[in-house]
Amino acid sequence: MTTLDTTEASGMIMNKTAEEAGALAKAVSTAKAGHETKIAASKVSVFYGDKQALFDVSIDIPARQVMAFIGPSGCGKSTFLRCINRMNDTIDNCSVKGTIEIDGANIYDPKIDPVLLRARVGMVFQKPNPFPKSIYDNIAYGPRIHGVAKAGSAMDEIVERSLQRAALWNEVKDRLDQPGTGLSGGQQQRLCIARAIAVNPDIILMDEPCSALDPIATAKVEELIDELRAQYTIVIVTHSMQQAARVSQKAAFFHLGNLIEVDETDKMFTNPSDQRTQDYITGRFG
Amino acid sequence: MSVTLLFAIVLALAFVGYLLGRANASGLKAAGNSLHSIPPYHGYFVALWCGLPAFLLVFIWQAAQSTVVDQLLLASLPPHLTEGMTPARVSLMLGEIKNVAAGRMFGTPDQAIIDAAARYQSLQNTASLAMVVCTLAAAVAGIAFARSRLSPEFRARNRVDGILRWLLIVCSILAILTTLGIILSLVIESWAFFSRVPVAEFLFGLNWSPQTPIRADQVASTGAFGAVPVFWGTIFISVIAMLVALPVGLFSAIYLVEYADKRVRSVVKPLLEILAGIPTIVYGFFAVLTVAPFIREFGMSLGLSVASNSALAAGGVMGIMIIPFISSFSDDAITAVPQSMRDGAYALGATKAETIRQVLLPAALPGIVGGVLLAVSRAIGETMIVVMAAGLTATLTVNPLEGVTTVTVQIVTLLIGDTEFDSPKTLAAFGLGLVLFISTLALNILALQVVKRYRERYE
Amino acid sequence: MSDTAAQGTGRRAWYEPDAKLKRRHAADRRLRAYGVAAILFALAMLMTLVGTILVTAAPAVTQTMVTLEVEVPEGAVNPSDPRGGSYQKILNESVARLFPEVDTPRELRELRQLFSNGGQYALRDKVVADTSLIGRTFDITFPLSDIGDQLHKGVIGRDLPSDQRRVSDEQIGWYDRLVEQGRISAPLNWGLIFNADSRFPELAGLWGALVGSFYALLICFLVSFPVGIAAAVYLEEFAPKNRFTDLIEVNINNLAAVPSIVFGLLGLAVFLNFFGMPRSAPIVGGLVLSLMTLPTIIIATRAALKAVPPSIREAAIGVGASRMQTVGHHVLPLAMPGILTGTIIGLAQALGETAPLLLIGMNAFITAAPDSMFNPSTALPTQIYIWADSPERGFTSRTSAAIIVLLGFLVCMNAIAIYMRKRFERRWS
Repeated sequence: MTTLDTTEASGMIMNKTAEEAGALAKAVSTAKAGHETKIAASKVSVFYGDKQALFDVSIDIPARQVMAFIGPSGCGKSTFLRCINRMNDTIDNCSVKGTIEIDGANIYDPKIDPVLLRARVGMVFQKPNPFPKSIYDNIAYGPRIHGVAKAGSAMDEIVERSLQRAALWNEVKDRLDQPGTGLSGGQQQRLCIARAIAVNPDIILMDEPCSALDPIATAKVEELIDELRAQYTIVIVTHSMQQAARVSQKAAFFHLGNLIEVDETDKMFTNPSDQRTQDYITGRFG
Repeated sequence: MSVTLLFAIVLALAFVGYLLGRANASGLKAAGNSLHSIPPYHGYFVALWCGLPAFLLVFIWQAAQSTVVDQLLLASLPPHLTEGMTPARVSLMLGEIKNVAAGRMFGTPDQAIIDAAARYQSLQNTASLAMVVCTLAAAVAGIAFARSRLSPEFRARNRVDGILRWLLIVCSILAILTTLGIILSLVIESWAFFSRVPVAEFLFGLNWSPQTPIRADQVASTGAFGAVPVFWGTIFISVIAMLVALPVGLFSAIYLVEYADKRVRSVVKPLLEILAGIPTIVYGFFAVLTVAPFIREFGMSLGLSVASNSALAAGGVMGIMIIPFISSFSDDAITAVPQSMRDGAYALGATKAETIRQVLLPAALPGIVGGVLLAVSRAIGETMIVVMAAGLTATLTVNPLEGVTTVTVQIVTLLIGDTEFDSPKTLAAFGLGLVLFISTLALNILALQVVKRYRERYE
Repeated sequence: MSDTAAQGTGRRAWYEPDAKLKRRHAADRRLRAYGVAAILFALAMLMTLVGTILVTAAPAVTQTMVTLEVEVPEGAVNPSDPRGGSYQKILNESVARLFPEVDTPRELRELRQLFSNGGQYALRDKVVADTSLIGRTFDITFPLSDIGDQLHKGVIGRDLPSDQRRVSDEQIGWYDRLVEQGRISAPLNWGLIFNADSRFPELAGLWGALVGSFYALLICFLVSFPVGIAAAVYLEEFAPKNRFTDLIEVNINNLAAVPSIVFGLLGLAVFLNFFGMPRSAPIVGGLVLSLMTLPTIIIATRAALKAVPPSIREAAIGVGASRMQTVGHHVLPLAMPGILTGTIIGLAQALGETAPLLLIGMNAFITAAPDSMFNPSTALPTQIYIWADSPERGFTSRTSAAIIVLLGFLVCMNAIAIYMRKRFERRWS
């Protein structure tokens, strides 16, 4: 399924500084010209109480690409996304069956600590949700709790680098001590992306990250996603097929809790193999 | 005739008025007129005109009668009885006359008193009779007036709606009247008190012993109305209560909101709320019966001397009473923090405790602070627990094993039993009441402001 | 396979916890433990409170009675005026007949201490009800005194040295003789409910307090229910948004948090002193309580009115109803369950309220139930206060029993409120 050396490389990444990790990741990615599988889900079903929301979803998600989940609302795409960093654990009476392996390790194994998993799999939400703290503290929160860096120059560096990667540094560098909630919607969302990056994850999950943003802010975030793809595996749930077409390399179509089709984005939008996909992207329902 | 019976008669008259008004309107309709309002509204209009003035008259009469009768009685007394008497003596004598009139005689009263009692009796009878006559006259006149207004074009529905609307307004103004009544009664009586005891003496004096009989001209010099020890006792007991209630309430709220599963929550939350529903008198008895002896025994076994009415017992039990306050306010505040904040923290890999301590509690802080302020105001104003379990003597101490007294305890002990309205002892209670009212009001307003601002942030 | 890979390189796999993570989880478990401890503490206190009240109340469930054979001699009671007889003397004689050896005045006094002072009234009432008893010998059952009662219930330990207990050795001997003769019984203590107050614990009951509380709550309901609904309807349905309305709202919110004792001061200064209303009377208590309950009812009513969707109002206005008709015919009936629930909860609070009633003198010692709401009376919580302050041992258990009666009423009222909320709650979609 997964190659040994990838796992090993990832294991090492965790213990290196971020620069080294980035370099190493690049090295690995160049070494492996093809995109190896980062996340492998097999037969994932999700239940809310007695109600089944997701039916036997199996999918391989490649590393360092953008995978878009599309489908009509209530189709289970967000539910599946939240399985990948076990955010569904925080919902009462939600149970998940099947396995999801990240770099070969099943994240639903009882041995796995969701806290560590989430440090590795960051998430950005539909509505920007900065903490009611300063911009600096928003970014520093993750590294601080994980003990990556204590306060001081090391932390300053992480904050600056994360904000730069999120293309927000130039806009906020003079007001790092002001509350993150005071930023505009688009800035808040990029702050949340920066916050996720600061923990140095491998994977970033994005749950309709632009649905609350205006077109200009959306463009900026999309641009950012495209840049981040070089270093991170990105899974994005989106309502907008244009957005999926713009930012993703692969796409998966969900319908009524089933995964209907996974393919290269270009192919899916031009020549889908399933009638339902065809209907959805031509706007017949959804 | 009793007031209740009079009420019943007026109600019956109002009903008759309703029937008359409706019959009138039906008659007009039968005569081929087209009515603006349906007949029942004509009936309601007449009934309201019959009942409202009459009821209003009864209320005013009842409120004024005793004062007016007293004045008439005093004026009719032979001058040798009233000359040169203090108001207190006069009211005492009035009391005696009323007792004699009611047939309760102690010893052999003065002949003049017996005569006065007879006069009082007849005055009362006349007044009551007059009230009945006037009320019934008002009711009948109301019917007559209202009926004279009825006509096919008469907008009975609009009139009735208008009257009802005014009734509603009057009812909502009652809230203002209550506040006004509280402020006026506290201020007026306190004014009388502060004319005898200087404000500075009361607010900053260190010696409180109002029970000792003092001649009016000595009050200031002896300084027996220095309320600082009383204020201190109140603060001290409230602090102890908050020391119990704050951690217990906050931690249980945190557990119930963030850790407990639904079933535990649905059982424990109502159980905690039971604590809030238990009357304070029960807590007071519990403090005296169980907690105070327990603390005393426990302290003795450690070789400490513990007063039987220690501040610790009263404050501790008050703390138990306040737990549900803190817990439900904290519960609301933590629940109100948007789920997206939790998601954000969890998605970064924060543990529950980290999410709670570093994200939820800071975000919920204003709500929690508001709840704590309300709880402090509750503790300061709480009466029965301290009346039963705290001390009576005002001591300035920081030892929780000694007894202290509180503002509410002093108000109750000063006012219980027979109250004369012009001894500084009685009036001191109103001075304390004024301080209590102002401080709790300030806390409440502050708390409501904090909570309001907090709500606005997330809505 | 990842495991082997990780071990092979001597590094941890990403999912293997390190010491830091263990510390973080330990902190998490600590917080959780604090929460559990806090809840357990609160619940333990609740249990202790209810438990001690129940345990101390247990002795008051029964009342120890004694049955004596009395002879009412012809001359002792005048049949045309049976109330005037000297019944205490008759009782004393029959007691003396039972214990002929007791003759010194001191011993006689101690002997009589075993029997309740209420015996003479029980005897009087029996004779008054049936004057043919005069001149005959018959049995009369009446309560033992407090010490006799406590002795029977074992509250007074016999093992204590006699100088440390409130009963002398002789008294214990006489009591045992009464037991041997089968004269002692302990039926259910109905007197606790149906007697009025008394200085003697064995005679004291709650009837006066229950009637007083009933009158006070009746007044409270009659005033605060209509006025509260009217005020809430005005504020919610009619009031324009202006400063005056804001003032009323601020007032209501603040009144809800004013300490109850301040309402007592208001009652004392305004109702008693200014309007000259009768002291200690349930009507004044009821008025004070209604002022306190008003904010609760207004707030509950407004919440219930808010819950009625605007579409209902629009529908009614759409068919030509006036706003007053809309409210009266549609909105209020729909909101009524919520209003009633709030009212019952408000009344339950009023029933347990003590401090304001103390200030208007409803803690008077009154040995008969009030005839009307204008007569002096106590109320349930003030009666508890009076008894809790009484030194006699018997009052301790009676206080607890009275508390259980009070709590029983509160539980019933709240249960009705919860039932109504569940039964009539309407979910507007």
